[in-house]
Amino acid sequence: MKRRDFIQYTGLGAGALMMPSLLLGNDIPAEALLNPGMDVAIKKKMADVALNTAKSLGATYADARIGRYLNQYVFTREDKVQNVVNTESFGIGIRVIVKGTWGFASTNSVTEDGIKKATDQAVAIAKANSKFQKEEVKLAPVKSHGEVSWKTPIKKDFKDVPVSEKVDLLLSANAAALENGANYVNSGLFMVNEQKYFASTDGSYIDQDVHRIWPTFTVTAIDKGTGKFKSRQAMSAPMGMGYEYMDGLASEKLKGPEGLNLYRGSYDIIEDATIAAKQAKARLTAKSVEAGKYDLVLEPNHLGLTIHESVGHPLELDRVLGYEANYAGTSFATLDKWKTKNFKYGSDIVNLVADKTQVGSLGAVGYDDEGVQTKKWDLVRNGVLTNYQAIRDQVHMIDQNESHGCCYSQSWNDVQFQRMPNVSLEPGKEKYSIDDMIKDVEKGIYIAGRGSYSIDQQRYNFQFGGTVFFEIKNGKIVGMLDDVAYQSNTQEFWNSCAKICDKDDYRMFGSFFDGKGQPSQVSAVSHGSSTTRFNGVNVINTGRKI
Amino acid sequence: MAIYSKEEAKQIMEKALSFSTADACEVNLSGSESGNIRYARNTVSTAGHRSNQTLVVQSNFGKKSGTATIDEFDDESLKKVVKRAEELAKLSPENPEFMAPLGPQRYDESITYVDKTAKITPEYRAEVANSSIEPAAAKDVTAAGFFNDSTGFSAMMNSSGLFAYNQATDASFTVTMRSNDGTGSGWVTRDFNDVSKFNAVEASTVAIDKAVMSKEAKAIEPGKYTVILEPAASVGLLGNMAFAFNARTADEGRSFMSKEGGGTKMGEKIVDERVNIWSDPLNPEVPTGTWNGSGQPLKKTSWIENGVVKNLAYGRYWAEKKGVDPVPFPNGFIMQGGDASLDDLIKGTKKGILVTRLWYIRTVDPQTLLYTGLTRDGTFYIENGKIKHPVKNFRFNESPIIMLNNLETLGKQVRIDGNLVPYMKIRDFTFTSLSDAV
Repeated sequence: MKRRDFIQYTGLGAGALMMPSLLLGNDIPAEALLNPGMDVAIKKKMADVALNTAKSLGATYADARIGRYLNQYVFTREDKVQNVVNTESFGIGIRVIVKGTWGFASTNSVTEDGIKKATDQAVAIAKANSKFQKEEVKLAPVKSHGEVSWKTPIKKDFKDVPVSEKVDLLLSANAAALENGANYVNSGLFMVNEQKYFASTDGSYIDQDVHRIWPTFTVTAIDKGTGKFKSRQAMSAPMGMGYEYMDGLASEKLKGPEGLNLYRGSYDIIEDATIAAKQAKARLTAKSVEAGKYDLVLEPNHLGLTIHESVGHPLELDRVLGYEANYAGTSFATLDKWKTKNFKYGSDIVNLVADKTQVGSLGAVGYDDEGVQTKKWDLVRNGVLTNYQAIRDQVHMIDQNESHGCCYSQSWNDVQFQRMPNVSLEPGKEKYSIDDMIKDVEKGIYIAGRGSYSIDQQRYNFQFGGTVFFEIKNGKIVGMLDDVAYQSNTQEFWNSCAKICDKDDYRMFGSFFDGKGQPSQVSAVSHGSSTTRFNGVNVINTGRKI
Repeated sequence: MAIYSKEEAKQIMEKALSFSTADACEVNLSGSESGNIRYARNTVSTAGHRSNQTLVVQSNFGKKSGTATIDEFDDESLKKVVKRAEELAKLSPENPEFMAPLGPQRYDESITYVDKTAKITPEYRAEVANSSIEPAAAKDVTAAGFFNDSTGFSAMMNSSGLFAYNQATDASFTVTMRSNDGTGSGWVTRDFNDVSKFNAVEASTVAIDKAVMSKEAKAIEPGKYTVILEPAASVGLLGNMAFAFNARTADEGRSFMSKEGGGTKMGEKIVDERVNIWSDPLNPEVPTGTWNGSGQPLKKTSWIENGVVKNLAYGRYWAEKKGVDPVPFPNGFIMQGGDASLDDLIKGTKKGILVTRLWYIRTVDPQTLLYTGLTRDGTFYIENGKIKHPVKNFRFNESPIIMLNNLETLGKQVRIDGNLVPYMKIRDFTFTSLSDAV
């Protein structure tokens, strides 16, 4: 299925949405999701077949990943269930270094024979490619972890919740939207469980059980008379959590301006759909923005995407070095800028951290897909660029000898490579709320939720929209705006960062299907922040007549 | 062996259907063999081969349907997959929009398979990489590219007597060439069913020349400019427009095709009268399969004729509800071109911008089909019929509808991503800001 087909299929059209068909795996009954899968002792035995075969064929390093990927997706529109998808994908991927060159092969035949054949193939590919190799692979050392395990700390496994309960919840949200003035509503629930076993010739055997969830919807309101239509997307975030995210706990809710509710570690989809319908309708008659410079007050579920595009991607070392030049692009954040140790990425209050351990985040795991224990590290400290995101075969290129632990593959079937960890903006240190921030703005716009996003291949120039916009005049919100997009340059934008709300406002945004590489692979990543103010940003009016 | 002949596919599918106890059953069998090579920093980075085959079974009881998939085709496996689809169907909620499987159909013989493409070897792929890397290195340029070829078949059969089969080959290539001083970048894309039409040296040279020519670009003010869009620059916007030719969203009032007061723009002139867009599965330059995933025959279909909307795509459910014939969505589109070559278009331009490519295109407003994105990999200033100098990249905010109303000249057609798209000269194309990206 092409990405476009998928979007049409679900009717969601959500941004950053990519869905390769191979990730869907084979369809299975919902109950089959509960099967325990292969025993860990057998996984170890099978992984050892790959490692021993590789060594006997001359590999200086090998790793094996046995993966079982379980997905459940539910799609509805208005009062109808469009589809319920349950899939399972199981197999092994084997990666080797022979003659200083990588080789990779995979198979869904997880038997001694199947594994030996795939290992042969990985070694053969490494040997063939070694003829063209001009840069020998150098791996940073990693300590042996022995036999260890890690699990996403979930409270409710989505696999234990009946499909009917999920369908009922989505249909109730749809009904709430329709009752409150929506003409159409599409909703979806994406649930993922990665059961990953990793073993390497460095002596690690790592068993991990990773969970993710994403409830989302798009509500559309139509004015037949004028022919106008406007939509409003969910204010949920995809999370590294279990089904408990759907509990809608009041304690995890924050009050935003103009009746907007904002959600932290628990989401109330029915309440959000109700507000969404009213806001989609209100957008039909909202004032069209006057283009010009505004102070922007950016809500975390909006700012997360800006962080993703303007900080997360440009600080991926493979982009900086040119490995992604033909697809995602390169980066303005070049090594020479970093080496000066005083490259001002942002203003003094800007502290951006990479973190593969953050509880509830999409990127959280105990160990990455090459057996490195995960950690947290600085990317930008006090506004200065301090580090990149790099894995075992890259860190030597930035004179470091410890991998950052952000290697990932979307399945057993694809080779692992450097992927973005969670990248987040630290909250402000002094007590400061959204209300305090709005009071301090003379001429500004409050923007919540994700919208249209586009950025150049070196991550200088970007343009972002949002889900809802409110005009701020002399410290007060005076009404809804529409046709808003802001354009800026990454360095200029982060240097205009004037104030950040405190930790009480901190929340996560997430991207469930972030694409990179050729052939393209997806990964899921979160970005936390508190509401943040950026001064004097260029806002354009996107209204047109055709 | 992932590629089955028509007869082999038929046998497997007949066998699968013979195990069905449902009201209706439909099976889709497909397989492909694909190989790729990826390179960057003037060296090969990864290479791979992928083989897969899948049988998808959809069983129905009334309006309840269930789908199950399998990649092994012995009798036991076929029995198992059909049983699983039936179990799933019984458990699933009713889909009020369910449509019963189609009966037998007549399809044209497709021309999508070319034996030479099916026989591409790893050595051929390595040579493609080498055809980029060596000339790049000689010109102080760094190549990063990706070549992928695939051979596949797809077949469909159902309990109402429908049978369809197709084989197709495809080879696609992109390369980005960056000057080693980091100030110039060029790019090229090629795709063919028949790989003998592909010349890796010629394609790589285009990208290298652009990298060298685009070095040390000058900044000019953003604003409205006359542009010459290479086919690779306009295909994204045109494709997005074509994809929005959907009758249901138009009828529902949530499309740029919806009209004030209700109804759709079918039959209305929406763009310049020289614009003609159609689809044709049998066009020898851009052939596609002759049936779609629902088993509907794909025929030559006009979408825009002399600037007027001629057809919107109707799925089977929506067509029935509206009492019209279904109009299947095409797999690619063809836009009529003219005689002008790129050189002719440049010569006839007093002041304008030549755009190689638009990138990171995203919807800004679905109401007006407004998109944003950036120029990339070769943007040049034209004055008095000549390319004067490279210019820094721009961000644009533009709607393909406005763009096609501002059409000045149509040039020759080129195959691009499975479509045929002409070079186009457009006036008043809207650039809203400058980018420092190279």
